[in-house]
Amino acid sequence: MTQNSTIASASSRFVNIGERTNVTGSARFKKLVMAGDYPAAVEVARQQVENGAQVIDVNMDEGLLDAVEAMTTFLKLIAAEPDIARVPLMIDSSKWEVIEAGLKCVSGKPIVNSISMKEGEDAFLDQARKCMNYGAAVVVMAFDEKGQADTKERKVAICKRAYDLLTGIGFPPEDIIFDANVFAVATGIEEHDRYALDFIEAVAELRTLCPHAHYSGGLSNLSFSFRGNETVRRAMHSVFLYHAIPAGLDMAIVNAGQLDVYDQIEPKLREACEDVILMRAPPEGSGFDTATERLIALAESYKGVSVEAEKQAAEWRSYPVEKRLEHALVKGIDAHIVEDTEEMRAATSERGGRPIEVIEGPLMDGMNVVGDLFGSGKMFLPQVVKSARVMKKAVAHLIPYIEAEKEPGAKAKGRIIMATVKGDVHDIGKNIVGVVLQCNGYEVIDLGVMVPWSKILESAKEHDADIIGLSGLITPSLDEMVTVAEEMQREGMTIPLLIGGATTSKVHTALRIDPAYEGPVIYVLDASRAVGVASQLLSDTQRDSFVLNTADDYEKVRVTRANKGQSALLPLNEARENRFVADMSQKAPPPAHPGVHVFDGWDLADLVETFDWTPFFRAWELAGTYPAILDDEIVGESARNLFVDAKAMLAKIVSEKWLTAKGVAGFWPCHRDGDDVVLNAQDAGETRLTFLRQQVKKSRDRANFCLSDFIDPAGDWIGGFAVSIHGIEPHIARFQAAHDDYSDILLKALADRFAEAFAERLHEHVRKNLWGYATGEQLTNEALIREQYRGIRPAPGYPACPDHSLKPILFDLLSAQDNAGIVLTESHAMLPTAAVSGFYFAHPDSQYFGVARIGRDQLEDYAARRGVDIAVAERWLRPNLD
Amino acid sequence: MTLTPSTARAAFEAAAAQRILITDGAFGTEIQTKGLVEADYAGDLGLTHDQKGNNDILALTRPDVPESIHRAYFEAGADIAETNTFSANRISQADYGAEHLVGDINRQSAALARRVADEFAAKDAENGIIRPRFVAGAIGPTNKTLSLSPDVNDPGYREIDFDFLTDVYLEQAAALVEGGSDFILIETVFDTLNAKAGIMAVKKLEQQLGREVPIMLSMTLTDLSGRNLSGHTVEAFWYAVRHAKPLTVGLNCSFGATQLRPHVKSLSAIADTYIMIYPNAGLPNELGEYDEMPDTTAGFVHEWAIAGQVNVLGGCCGSSPAHIAAMAKAVESVAPRKLPPIECKTRLAGLEPFIMAA
Repeated sequence: MTQNSTIASASSRFVNIGERTNVTGSARFKKLVMAGDYPAAVEVARQQVENGAQVIDVNMDEGLLDAVEAMTTFLKLIAAEPDIARVPLMIDSSKWEVIEAGLKCVSGKPIVNSISMKEGEDAFLDQARKCMNYGAAVVVMAFDEKGQADTKERKVAICKRAYDLLTGIGFPPEDIIFDANVFAVATGIEEHDRYALDFIEAVAELRTLCPHAHYSGGLSNLSFSFRGNETVRRAMHSVFLYHAIPAGLDMAIVNAGQLDVYDQIEPKLREACEDVILMRAPPEGSGFDTATERLIALAESYKGVSVEAEKQAAEWRSYPVEKRLEHALVKGIDAHIVEDTEEMRAATSERGGRPIEVIEGPLMDGMNVVGDLFGSGKMFLPQVVKSARVMKKAVAHLIPYIEAEKEPGAKAKGRIIMATVKGDVHDIGKNIVGVVLQCNGYEVIDLGVMVPWSKILESAKEHDADIIGLSGLITPSLDEMVTVAEEMQREGMTIPLLIGGATTSKVHTALRIDPAYEGPVIYVLDASRAVGVASQLLSDTQRDSFVLNTADDYEKVRVTRANKGQSALLPLNEARENRFVADMSQKAPPPAHPGVHVFDGWDLADLVETFDWTPFFRAWELAGTYPAILDDEIVGESARNLFVDAKAMLAKIVSEKWLTAKGVAGFWPCHRDGDDVVLNAQDAGETRLTFLRQQVKKSRDRANFCLSDFIDPAGDWIGGFAVSIHGIEPHIARFQAAHDDYSDILLKALADRFAEAFAERLHEHVRKNLWGYATGEQLTNEALIREQYRGIRPAPGYPACPDHSLKPILFDLLSAQDNAGIVLTESHAMLPTAAVSGFYFAHPDSQYFGVARIGRDQLEDYAARRGVDIAVAERWLRPNLD
Repeated sequence: MTLTPSTARAAFEAAAAQRILITDGAFGTEIQTKGLVEADYAGDLGLTHDQKGNNDILALTRPDVPESIHRAYFEAGADIAETNTFSANRISQADYGAEHLVGDINRQSAALARRVADEFAAKDAENGIIRPRFVAGAIGPTNKTLSLSPDVNDPGYREIDFDFLTDVYLEQAAALVEGGSDFILIETVFDTLNAKAGIMAVKKLEQQLGREVPIMLSMTLTDLSGRNLSGHTVEAFWYAVRHAKPLTVGLNCSFGATQLRPHVKSLSAIADTYIMIYPNAGLPNELGEYDEMPDTTAGFVHEWAIAGQVNVLGGCCGSSPAHIAAMAKAVESVAPRKLPPIECKTRLAGLEPFIMAA
């Protein structure tokens, strides 16, 4: 092919961007990347190019992924594939650091997706300049400091402003691609009616205002209110493109296979879509007042699968009772479960059967269907937990009959003891694993939280358990798990030990826990893995090879670890010499309101507005970023249903005052003394906050940070806070009595969100009012979530300040027990569980960092500064030591 | 920050509007003819490695050698001297244990080229002729690549990363400019991403200095279909580096002028900047020697000149002052290429170009 014909064939009016190599859009690709199966992920990219994608979009924004690592790994791999690398890339991320890391791996000229004026002009232009210097075109979102552009006027104004700013710094206008936000229409809300037309008209107007710029848009939002009705969605997308392309839309991230040919759409549907999109009145005599009403009515006849589903919804009550039970389990409907279970029991009894047969027969059959669907990725955690609730209610109804007959319990696939270890109080994850195992036919004996090793071993023996599962969220729990393993070894036990929870890892399991116990020790990444692990461990045929393979795997981890040249450490004195030097002329003024401030009942409704929802979905193992997750092709439906339930519960929490938000914040004069911060003149003498310094050798211009670097030795201020959410217990008790794990987990997850939101809100109040160093701050919730404010609030036990044992000192300063009702366990976990505490640093250069590995010299120094034995300091700082 | 525009760029553009400019020829093959021994290279720098073959270090140990070669090329009719610094970067100098001398080598190389260039311009001025001479600080690709894995079993592995290479280039470019270079010539680009790191380095240097440092870019082709080692076609390369707004873009080394012909033509048609081509003196013979005669090479490049495809001509491997003199003579009275009007379109690139419709 000659050069010229290459150009000709590659040029086209509408650019088709491949969207399969996007973890937020393709469940398959996400699964491959999460599993580290990059060779298969590379094949996905190859197929896209083979299928005609002219540009491929790569997105690795997934909460559980190291997006920088995934992006660079993938881009380097596809660079080695000429069949793929021949087309330009679109580096897609909401995080600039991911984009920049990607730009450093791309040898051609890519498109960056995206930048915007969300955080103001300076950040926007800074990123634009970098794109220019790397040689990239950019997608600019129609987003400014006030938010996303919704009306035509805002779209035009924001895009024009961005265009003028960009061309003002010499950005080539032809390298600007605007995404003017396609929003949902036909939602029934009148203000939304104009959204499609606004987009089209905005593009048409911008086209003359912004010469040479291009226009892109994501189509899936448009038809959001018709989700589940593919026929209507496809028709809407095609009609939209039909009108938007002539107006100037020239690229879209779209699955080309899911578009209809405009001419082949049934005329009536096409016209109805057109009326909605172009905001035309429905035809005279159609019997409808608005185009939306007409399309909604018409959509009914195209529902296809959904029509079937609705018919089923009405019909399932007429199924035979076994089918009804299965339906209720799979769909998670508990409305009729007691009457259906009773009907089944009565029928079984009539033909001489026993009540246990109801469980072993239809109920277990139904749960097996649920287990299979979950196992094959067709059902997600929130649905499974709902199914479990139905199961529990059915079983609860049968128990009295079973006991009356004194027959032995149903034979479970295995009996598993589960516990959150001593000193730790976190149990959402453990409860989820418990539910999933129960759904799959395992008997779970849940010992709750803060369980000492003696009780775990005792219960395991008493119940003749097949497996023990341990959970923990804070770092001291890691040591406690080692203790449990050591004690199991001492007792000569041989049953498998499962390890899970946010702080645990395969590396820690292999390095510390596995060597302590000769029986099988298995790290379980998340709830979805639990069933596979349990079934293999309890299978006669698979057990041995599974145990052997895992042991081999851990041995490999140990060998790799032993051979791995760890990053070099600086001697402590050299690390100190390379401290971060903050410009102390910039330090914050003294607090406007020094002293300790107590908040006895912060308005819950106010906190709801500050919610960061993404971790909430992650708690339910639904991966994705809010709000995009609600429209996710794979987990979107699950996420939406969960979101609806969460909102409903939130409304009750707020209106019925289920919970109370208590908090305390304080500020103290202080100065830096070496790596310590010394608080002056407390009543009981000085208080010394000992911080740790990074010792890993840095590349030339990076400092070895310590939190004390942000404090002026000549005199400064530091703050502290603790917040918590109270009142959860009676509601949890109520849910547990009703066998309602779903609501139990939901409430705990929401309480966590309240605590985090409270910490964020209180910090804002501190910045703007109490300390008052940022009185003019104006940030959107999104900017708050991304911590784009001045000052930090590092928490003891987290990377910048890894020692949990600073918490008692902080709590004394704040009188946190009296002022916020929070108590600490022996491992310094906070009770109530939904709680956040930390220090406030106000210097504008304050930043988060990870202390990471420290040397023996710092350990000894730290022990001396704290006045504790080295062994004690060693236990506190275990995760930061070799 | 607004950068102070480069006066050398303005002078270059003024001259290039008038005639086809001439850059110099090979250094390596010229140095070979001097019959230097290891002691000439090593001087009294006290380096532990054998320095024979470290051509760039001669700026410190035998500055008379590069100086005489620059002089010979100016005498042959060159307008541009390319500094003898192809390998004067931390990565390549590490092979000679001389990475700590990178700053000195580049500063001295640029300074001596500057001295000779100014000497010739001054001589012309005395005779009433305004003919500026330019110094292009030459930056080679290093022997590491950002786009390819050296390990066939691990295609995702890279020996170096973008930031590291950018720093390496920045160190070299800063010293070249400090020594008096007018432009930075990122040449023999076998890996487009390496070139992008070079561009980033110059952009950073400009910010540090507060003034424009014009870039010259020169790609080298590794196969006859017209791709470099990282797989980019000539067009894709151009779109990938066009953000550098280079003073010149072109091709060097690769193969002889005959093999370059179609690629010169296509680059000339799409680049809205000056085209600089400096081919090898043919292909090496079975002894590895270049034996294409000066008039033969000059004959080939004359064809491009007549076709209006070039603005700057010179030589790479195997070319001598005689080749440069022959070229200068051949294109003396030929009008330079006019910059083609390029439609304002979005031009993206993978290994191949992609142009969006306007």
